[in-house]
Amino acid sequence: MSPGSAAARILVAALACTAAQAQERGIPLDRLKSGSAFLGADLRDLQADDFANPGMLWVERGEKLWREPAGKSERSCAGCHQDAETNMRGVAARYPKIDPASGKLLNLESRINLCRAERMGAEALRHESEELLALTAYLARQSHGVPIEVDIGGPARAHFESGRAFYYRRHGQLNLSCAHCHEANWGRRLFAETVTQGHPNAWPAYRMEWQTLGSLERRLRACLSGIRAEMLPYGSPEYRDLELFLAWRAQGLPVEAPGVRR
Amino acid sequence: MAARIQMPKQARQGELIEIRILIQHPMETGYRHDDVGHLIKRNVINAFSCRYNGEEVFRADLSSGISANPYLQFYTVAGASGELEFTWIDDESKQGLERQSITVKA
Repeated sequence: MSPGSAAARILVAALACTAAQAQERGIPLDRLKSGSAFLGADLRDLQADDFANPGMLWVERGEKLWREPAGKSERSCAGCHQDAETNMRGVAARYPKIDPASGKLLNLESRINLCRAERMGAEALRHESEELLALTAYLARQSHGVPIEVDIGGPARAHFESGRAFYYRRHGQLNLSCAHCHEANWGRRLFAETVTQGHPNAWPAYRMEWQTLGSLERRLRACLSGIRAEMLPYGSPEYRDLELFLAWRAQGLPVEAPGVRR
Repeated sequence: MAARIQMPKQARQGELIEIRILIQHPMETGYRHDDVGHLIKRNVINAFSCRYNGEEVFRADLSSGISANPYLQFYTVAGASGELEFTWIDDESKQGLERQSITVKA
């Protein structure tokens, strides 16, 4: 047998193995580590400091927007939901979630914009706009410390499967799947960085590289760019499906938003 | 320009008080280019000052080496009850102003 065909056999075996593993959890629940576990002490402290955490600037803005009437209805978020600190506790930890009325899978951002369209008669907020980031950060903050727990049954199942397929599929010129870094090599060094397990529990997060707060979708786009894959446009359903899979994968990790990341 | 300030509302006379301020600002360095290759003009907060009942107790000259959303922490001695005034200005001459009151007991 030539060395080439031996290598091909190993590859085939490896691929089959990957397919089998994809049916289960890539990282067992008891080995899950939040991204903050891979940070240096300075950034961890910055995230934990409720005053100095720069993401709190957006949370504070979000609190104001929550009470501000918008659109034709001249209703604010608080007009329906009242006090976010009590009524929105734990909500963000259950997203992405199926909207029963439309049957669509919504993440926090699209939920906010659906509310604006249907209940407030207001224009949708642009992706990565300061307002949308502020409201998302404010909502996510209300679930601070609440373990992630998403529903992947019923109508969510197809989205979950599509997200999982995206996660294990190879992308881009570097021909890598998400799992090649975040399941097979977490904890190891990639240049100056430690590869994380890639959990969504700190998002939206303040990223040092960006010098600003950004959404999970922006982070996923940065990952795609990093493996030289085509970045899907903001709002693509693929991102929401992937977010659902990521949330299931991070089940039980407490929400840390707004996180601070490298 | 939004800012968050953390300091005690009350203090004893002569007590050392800690003041923390976080200002939302892009602190654009002047070295970056936009998506079409044009240089983005430098715009940083270049001066910050804190006055306690009119008297300057802290001043900082900032430049492009300071990251976005600068965070400053400094100390002063509680003198009399009154007001602390925080002012800053950026390269576009936009000014920021925040006030906090403090009650000082003997």
